[in-house]
Amino acid sequence: MRLSGARAVVESLKKEKVEVIFGIPGGSTIPLYDALYETSKDSGIRHILARHEQCAAHMADGYARAKGVPGVCTATSGPGATNLITGLAVAYMDSSAVVAITGQVPRQMIGKDAFQEADIVGIATPITKYAIQVNSASAISETIRTAFLLASTNRHGPVVVDIPKDVMYEEVDMDYAENVKIGGYTVRSGEPHPYSIKRALGLMIGSERPLIISGGGVIASKASEELIRLAELMMAPVATTLMGKGSIPENHPLSLGMVGMHGKGEANIAAEEADLIIAVGMRFNDRTIGKMDRFGMNAKIIHIDIDPAEIGKNIRADVPIVADAKKALSTITARLSEMGSKRGESEWTKRIRSLKESFVENYKRENKGMSPGRLMKILRDVIPKSAIVTTGVGQNQMWAALHFEVLEAGTFITSGGLGAMGFGFPASLGAKVACPGRHVFNIDGDGSFIMTEQDLATAVSESIPTVTIVMDNRVLGMVRQWQCMFCEERYSSIDLGKVPDFVKLAEAYGAEGVRVETYSEFEKAVRKGLKTELPLVIDVPIAMDEKVLPMVPPGKSLKEVVWFG
Amino acid sequence: MAEDTRAELSIIYALVEDRPGVLFKVTSLIRRRGFNIETITVGSTEKERVSRITITTRGDARIVEQLIKQLDKIPEVMKIGELDLNDTVFRELAILKVSAQDSAKRQDIYNYISIFRAKVVDVSKDSLIIEIVGNPKKITAFLDLMKGYGIIELARTGIVALPRGGKAGHD
Ligand SMILES: Cc1cc2nc3c(=O)[nH]c(=O)nc-3n(C[C@H](O)[C@H](O)[C@H](O)COP(=O)(O)OP(=O)(O)OC[C@H]3O[C@@H](n4cnc5c(N)ncnc54)[C@H](O)[C@@H]3O)c2cc1C
Ligand SMILES: Cc1ncc(C[n+]2csc(CCOP(=O)(O)OP(=O)(O)O)c2C)c(N)n1
Repeated sequence: MRLSGARAVVESLKKEKVEVIFGIPGGSTIPLYDALYETSKDSGIRHILARHEQCAAHMADGYARAKGVPGVCTATSGPGATNLITGLAVAYMDSSAVVAITGQVPRQMIGKDAFQEADIVGIATPITKYAIQVNSASAISETIRTAFLLASTNRHGPVVVDIPKDVMYEEVDMDYAENVKIGGYTVRSGEPHPYSIKRALGLMIGSERPLIISGGGVIASKASEELIRLAELMMAPVATTLMGKGSIPENHPLSLGMVGMHGKGEANIAAEEADLIIAVGMRFNDRTIGKMDRFGMNAKIIHIDIDPAEIGKNIRADVPIVADAKKALSTITARLSEMGSKRGESEWTKRIRSLKESFVENYKRENKGMSPGRLMKILRDVIPKSAIVTTGVGQNQMWAALHFEVLEAGTFITSGGLGAMGFGFPASLGAKVACPGRHVFNIDGDGSFIMTEQDLATAVSESIPTVTIVMDNRVLGMVRQWQCMFCEERYSSIDLGKVPDFVKLAEAYGAEGVRVETYSEFEKAVRKGLKTELPLVIDVPIAMDEKVLPMVPPGKSLKEVVWFG
Repeated sequence: MAEDTRAELSIIYALVEDRPGVLFKVTSLIRRRGFNIETITVGSTEKERVSRITITTRGDARIVEQLIKQLDKIPEVMKIGELDLNDTVFRELAILKVSAQDSAKRQDIYNYISIFRAKVVDVSKDSLIIEIVGNPKKITAFLDLMKGYGIIELARTGIVALPRGGKAGHD
């Protein structure tokens, strides 16, 4: 079959079972959009017109995380492509499978500073798993197969495929490459090495105070069941990173919540007291471990990760296990069960319980105005456990991390590694498109929401009814908190002023907006959100002095938890 | 890329699929992750579409291991590892222009050239171009001697290396 390069792109995407593309067209992608138009009746591919390419990338990312398949976005050459960059960097830092297709100027114009030329492969290389330019139409199908393979195998990550406009016009015989080979890239079996398992079991059996720290890799690997099983067999408490939040239901008796700078006191103290840390699918980020040379000083460390380069990158592991989390955990739990080593209550479990109990009151402390913690609890009580929650970045995100209990793995979607304000709202749209049958709530900050709020237009035009809860403190709250705690209240450029009116803003886009002043109004608004057919913005005034507490000040070890700021 | 004697030299080889931009990907990663390298060379191999990159660096074992593991994540990298210095042939080429105006000095230079098995590849009224191949230590020693006569210009290639023994590959 002879077809145009652009059509070959669409056919290749069909082969990859792509159902949705998020994007904005432009000069160099006109042929691609023409092919999408041509095939719109039967391709089964829905194109969602974003209002900013950054949002298109975040939507694809939210889609990927919610559905567990690659999310696809597209942009034109030059400014369209550069607008994708923040979204790609987020996906890279959080290991999310996003495929971006960018237009490029025609081949003979590359390198001549042509109109809307940007070296997107060069720009994107350091923030993607792979970036490649297609230099002939005959390479399109193979390149797109490669892109999806790379994005969604081993450690996931974003891939850019850059296609010059004339390549999209070139005629080609379409035959889809099933087996592509690129350099030395191989899809890992993910099976753990028996020797490392043996050593890990030795440490596990010898430990008295084991702690599991579970990260984003456990969610990527869908290994929650195995994780819980390990925790229960060993009676080991489970702390999570921000990205691992929800890998164990947070109402599980062994769940400690998030560990790290903004983590829970009990999780941080447990990390200091443990004699064995079993780190699964996590990468010892500085936000997780506090002062690096203090972390795990009294503990042996088992590190399970699918990426060999993560082993020993930040923290030395006594026993490294390069493996898929699910496979490693199921091997380990099978062996532990065979050995009949199911543990019961111990000094350690008692210690953990008393730690948790001792802090209960600390979390309940309330100031004037509505307490973020209580709002999170109300939200949890009202929405089903399958509902997906996305977040902005800053205090809103950390309040969600501390006080919103995630009960199902994969239902908490946040920009952890890059911490990009503006992620939450478009990610919620992507998640809703991926899972139309589920409720999607975006817990946001006013500063964060303003960064990508224009895509309310997308939400309304494309009928994507998600609910955004704006924790509206009228300041760049997290920065203000640091200025309060570490700069003697010298508040510098954190005041967002009185604008906008979020209710009117929502209405201007044809969405709905409500402002709530009490807990019961908040609850009512959330219930409304469960039924709404329009995107809904709930504006929740929060006192600007509300802090995220506890906190481990930068440069301190995890046990130096500050409870009152 | 002055030679440094603080830590032991490590030589890393990588066989890479020869696609556009692969050298950029390698150097971009080295820069981004803050690795320090001394030399990097790229060239063709016995196989079509496969290039060999040789990198030398001085760092502790953990850093070298990280460098290798991070580079290994570049999809085009087919094979990568560290070479055992005791079991590796490694060579560098340098060409240098040395000032040689009076004949006594010129004679001295010729003596050194013969001791070091270097070669004169161009002669002019008041300078010589010398080519020297060998272990980088030997080259550095030779250059130190030549400094006394005045090195006008110098070009070093960086190191290429192969493991000893009959078999191909590095297993
Ligand atoms: C304002 C703010 C505050 C923050 N505060 C904290 C904090 O207090 N505590 C905290 O922990 N984080 C915090 N973060 C998040 C932090 O920046 C990192 O994003 C996060 O800690 C990384 O989580 P992770 O270690 O689980 O790794 P991820 O980034 O989720 O990476 C996943 C890891 O798992 C591996 N992996 C992937 N797939 C698999 C698989 N199938 N099997 C096995 N392994 C796999 C990967 O190789 C990688 O090493 C904060 C972020 C922001 C923006
Ligand atoms: C794109 C981007 N710019 C700047 C920052 C730095 N930053 C981190 S938190 C924060 C404040 C966020 O304010 P807001 O969204 O209102 O949330 P709050 O902390 O008040 O809940 C800022 C500016 C960032 N993370 N991302």
